[in-house]
Amino acid sequence: MSDWRNRGHSAYWAFLVHRVSGLVLALFLPLHFLALAQALRAASALDAFLAWTRSPWVVASEIALVFALAVHLTGGLRLLFVELVVWESATQKTLIAVAGGIAAFCAVAFALNVI
Amino acid sequence: MTSRGEVRLWLLQRASAAVLAICVAVHLVTIIVAMRQGLTAAAILGRTHGSIGWAGFYGIFVLAVAVHAPIGVRAIAQEWLACRGRATDAVFVLFGIVLLALGGLAVAAVIR
Amino acid sequence: MSSLSVTVWRGGSDGRFQDYSVPRRDAQTVLDVVTYIQRRLDPTLAYRFACRVGMCGSCAMTVNGKPRWTCRTHVAEVASGDRIEIAPLAHLPIVRDLVTDMRTFFDKWARAKGQFTPTASRREGFERVEPESRPRRAVDAAIECIGCGVCYAACDVVEWKPDYLGPAALNRAWTLVNDVRDGARTERLAAVAGDAGCHACHTLGACTERCPKHLSPTASIAGLKRETAIAMLRGRL
Repeated sequence: MSDWRNRGHSAYWAFLVHRVSGLVLALFLPLHFLALAQALRAASALDAFLAWTRSPWVVASEIALVFALAVHLTGGLRLLFVELVVWESATQKTLIAVAGGIAAFCAVAFALNVI
Repeated sequence: MTSRGEVRLWLLQRASAAVLAICVAVHLVTIIVAMRQGLTAAAILGRTHGSIGWAGFYGIFVLAVAVHAPIGVRAIAQEWLACRGRATDAVFVLFGIVLLALGGLAVAAVIR
Repeated sequence: MSSLSVTVWRGGSDGRFQDYSVPRRDAQTVLDVVTYIQRRLDPTLAYRFACRVGMCGSCAMTVNGKPRWTCRTHVAEVASGDRIEIAPLAHLPIVRDLVTDMRTFFDKWARAKGQFTPTASRREGFERVEPESRPRRAVDAAIECIGCGVCYAACDVVEWKPDYLGPAALNRAWTLVNDVRDGARTERLAAVAGDAGCHACHTLGACTERCPKHLSPTASIAGLKRETAIAMLRGRL
């Protein structure tokens, strides 16, 4: 990944965001499942864990994760559209912008409710 | 991997993506609504315990994730880590199984 | 009269950049600059060109990091403050200076079954192909490729996966998949569906962004993904 001068176009950012968000989610999921499995013991175990998640950096990570999930979803829908329906350059840029916008909206909605 | 194998992976990835699109949308809305209502763990678990509906929903969610995530990360391993071949493929099958097992555990915990 | 600071790749893959000073002229293209250096400053500079008018694609090089046709790239458009950097096309072995070995590029074209396989002989009449039919329009949108290699040089997947057939080869395969006269459909779909084929494309879009003929290999490759999937589901792969 040496020369970035050839990488500035919007489809490239869309790809990179999609890949990185996917990777982050794939790494996060086992942790998420393990946390939920705490409830096997009791609701109190889950509560204790959830109390820990109130700490600021965890909250920030959660907002980032919600954004990652939303952007991976919207970007993925765009890809399904691109691969199954005909590609048109102008539409692509609009789709990328819309995908990013919806994802940002979800992250903000989550953030406003969790802070 | 053979041509047919690659096409199969591509189809699985897109099919699981379509399923996940619905599951993730529902999940995002559910989290945000739960946060708005300030639900505690006990309250959330109260709604999910013994619920066939939530069991079915999250069961399908976990299955789709266990298919979708390994195929996606495999592409990253091939392209950014230059890891290719049967050994790499086996690692990702294992990753899928791990996700299925942990996800199953989480669903069981929340539905029981 | 002002000057341009030009830094040019010299040598093989273990070479280095060398600086030259070239007088600026109106409507000067990057090919003009390279030609000036070779004729007036350093006759040992190796580079390719042919038509000089944007028809053959021979003069493709990397200019300020982006693969372009140098005969169609105005210095005024790309020089950042009187400086330009000229290097050979990426992802291809360097023969010397600005000349690359295009063999891999064309070998992959062949591996993608990018050649027409006839089914009729001179005794049969001409095949009637409706110009407005979907397959013919798909071919029209992709057929103008002249094999310049710019898309191949632009694509990051080519860099990450050395076996990847690449946008040009796959784009050509797509035109043949849509050619109703062609007889090698099954073999071609199998050829483009492998590990190094159309499924390695992640719609980065660099090929479509940089193609000097404004083609869209991304769209062609999406078409191949659909066709290979349909073929497999019908047991024809």
